[in-house]
Amino acid sequence: MIQTAASSQVSRRRPLFGSSNLHGGWRSAFWFLLPALVGFVAFYLYPALRGVYISFTDWNLIANRGSWVGADNYDRLLNDRQVWESLKITFKYTVINIVTQTILAVAIAVLMDRLTKSVTIRGILLLPWLIPNVIVALLWVWMLDGNLGIVNEFLGLFGMDPVRFFTDTGKVIPSLAGINTWRHMGYTALLIFAGLQTIPRSLYEAAAVDGASERQMFRDITIPLLRPILALVLVITIVGSLQVFDTVFVATGGFGGQPGGPANASRVIYLYIYQNAFDFNQLGYAAAISVLLVAILLTVTFLQLKLLRAGESDLA
Amino acid sequence: MSTPAVEDVAADVARPQPLAQPSARLGKPRIGRAAAWAFMVAILIVSVFPFWWALRTGLSTNGELFAGEQSLLPVGYTDNNFERVLGTASDEEILESLGRQNTGSFDFLQSLQVSVIVSTAVTVGQVAFSAMAAYAFARLRFRGRDQLFFLFLSGLMIPPIFTLIPNLVLVKNLGWLNSYPGIIAPFFFMTPFAVFFLRQFFLGISREVEEAALLDGAGHFRTFFGIIVPVSAAPLATLSILTYITSWNEFLWPLVVARDPARQPLTVALGQFTAQQPGTSPDWSGLMAGTLLAALPIIVIFLAFGRKVVDSIGFSGIK
Repeated sequence: MIQTAASSQVSRRRPLFGSSNLHGGWRSAFWFLLPALVGFVAFYLYPALRGVYISFTDWNLIANRGSWVGADNYDRLLNDRQVWESLKITFKYTVINIVTQTILAVAIAVLMDRLTKSVTIRGILLLPWLIPNVIVALLWVWMLDGNLGIVNEFLGLFGMDPVRFFTDTGKVIPSLAGINTWRHMGYTALLIFAGLQTIPRSLYEAAAVDGASERQMFRDITIPLLRPILALVLVITIVGSLQVFDTVFVATGGFGGQPGGPANASRVIYLYIYQNAFDFNQLGYAAAISVLLVAILLTVTFLQLKLLRAGESDLA
Repeated sequence: MSTPAVEDVAADVARPQPLAQPSARLGKPRIGRAAAWAFMVAILIVSVFPFWWALRTGLSTNGELFAGEQSLLPVGYTDNNFERVLGTASDEEILESLGRQNTGSFDFLQSLQVSVIVSTAVTVGQVAFSAMAAYAFARLRFRGRDQLFFLFLSGLMIPPIFTLIPNLVLVKNLGWLNSYPGIIAPFFFMTPFAVFFLRQFFLGISREVEEAALLDGAGHFRTFFGIIVPVSAAPLATLSILTYITSWNEFLWPLVVARDPARQPLTVALGQFTAQQPGTSPDWSGLMAGTLLAALPIIVIFLAFGRKVVDSIGFSGIK
C-alpha cells in the first residue's frame, strides 16, 4: 500500500514516465546498471557467443585470428580418442569425489548436529576450502611424496610398502580425488548441516516416543527431508569435479613431471582443452571441446532442476 | 502425511511425559557419544594437520629432511627458509637451509604485491558495481527488468573455460596481456553470483524508510548510498570477504594472461616454481615456507572474519 502511494506521488512529480514506469524507469536504472552491464556484455555474453564462433574456425593465438572451417573441429572431436579418454578420466575423478565427499560430509554434518554447534569447529572444517587449490595441491604433494612423505611413513607403521601416489597411473586420479575431498568435505558438511537445521526437532521427538531407533530416524526422517539439499550438494560436487584443473596442473606438473601425467593418466578434460589452446595453439579445436563440456554441464544442471523438483522436501 | 498432523501428534504424544534428552536417545549413550566425538576430533586433526606439517617442514633444513628424519617437530630447526622466500637470506644462510645451490626461484614479494593489488581491485569493483545492479533489480522498475535479471543469472551456468579462450583473445586485442587491467577486468564489473546474492538481501529490506526518503526528494543515488548501503553493511562485508578470497585463489586466468613473472600472482608463481624444481631432491623446505606465507593472508582474514564466512554457508548453497 505504502509503495503504491509513494510511487504515484513520485510519478505525479515526474509525469514524463507515466505510472507504468514506476520509480523513473530506465532513466534512473541506467546508471545503476551501466557498469555491471558493461562487464556482463564484455566478459560473459560476447565471449560466450564468440566462443561458439571460434569453435568453427582454426583460430591461432599468435596471429590472433582464424578463418572459418565449418564443422571440421567437431568432426575431429568425434574421432579424437583422447577427448573420450579425458572424459573417462574426468568421470572417474567425479565418481570418486561424489562417493567419498558425500559420505564423509553427511557423517560430519549429522554428528555435528548432535554434538555441537560450535562456530570454531565449523570454522576449522571450512578452512581447507578457503585455501587456494594451488596451495592445497602443494601441501599434499609433499605429504604424499613417494620417498619422504609423512603419509607413506605413517602407512609404514602398519607394515605397508610406500605408495607411489602420483607416479602410478592407477593411483594418480584417486590421489587427486582424495586431495579434493580433503578440501571440500568441511564445506559440503556445512551445507548439509544448514539443511539439517531446517528439520523440525518435533519429528525426532515424536519418533523417539514411538520407540524408533537412531538408524530408523536417520533413514525415515533425516534422509527424506534432506533430499533437496543433497540434490544441491550432488550437483555442486559434479559440476565442480568435471571442471577440475588447478589441482591436477600443479600436483602432476611439478618436480620434473608433465601436467596430466604420468602417461596422461590424469589428463582431465579441462587440462586437455588447456593443452590444445595453449600448448598446441589450436584455439578453435579447444573451443569446440569447451562447447562439448558446456553441453555436459548444462545437462547435469538440467537434471538437477528435475531432481530438485522431484525431490522437494516432504516439508514443502 | 502432512507436516502439521505430524507435529500435532508429536505434541500430543510428547505432552504427558518430559521429552527425552538427545543424548539419551542414543542406544548406548556414553559409548555412542564418545565414538562420535572421536570421529569429529579425527576429522578436525585431518583438517589442520597439513598446515602444521607445512610449518614444521618450512622450519626444517633440507639436509635433515632428506636424511629421512621424521618427527612431528622441525628437524634441524632453522628460519632461513622463510628468509629465503622473502629474499632476505644471505648466501651462507641459503646454503645452510637448502644444502645446495639455489635452483629456480621467484620473487615472493613481487607476486604478493600482484595478488594484493588484483584482489583488492576486483573486490572493490565487483562488490560496488554488483550492489548497484542488485539495487536496480530489487527496487527500480523498468521495462525488461526481469528478463535482464534472468539473463544475468544464466551467466552462472557458463563455465569459466568457455569464456577463457574468447576473453584471452579479447584481452590480447586490447593489448592487455601481462598487465593489471588484463588480469582484473573480467572480474571487475560483476559476477552473476554477487548480483544475485545482494539482490536477495535488498529485497528483504523494509521499503518504508526508502519511500520516505524518496518522498523527501532524495534521488535514487542518495537513497542507495544513504540508506541501502549502510543497512546492508553486513552482507556487503560478507560478499567482500568471499570475493577477496576467491580472487586470491584464482589460478587459470592469471596463468594464461600473465606469462610475465612481474605480473604473476602468488598462485601462478608458486605453480611455476614447482615446475622449475628437479624431480629428485626438490627444495621442500623452501616450498613449504613459501606455500604457508602465500596462504597466510587468507588465514588471517579467516581468523578475523571467520564467523561471517561460516554463517554465509548455507545462505544460498552457491558459495
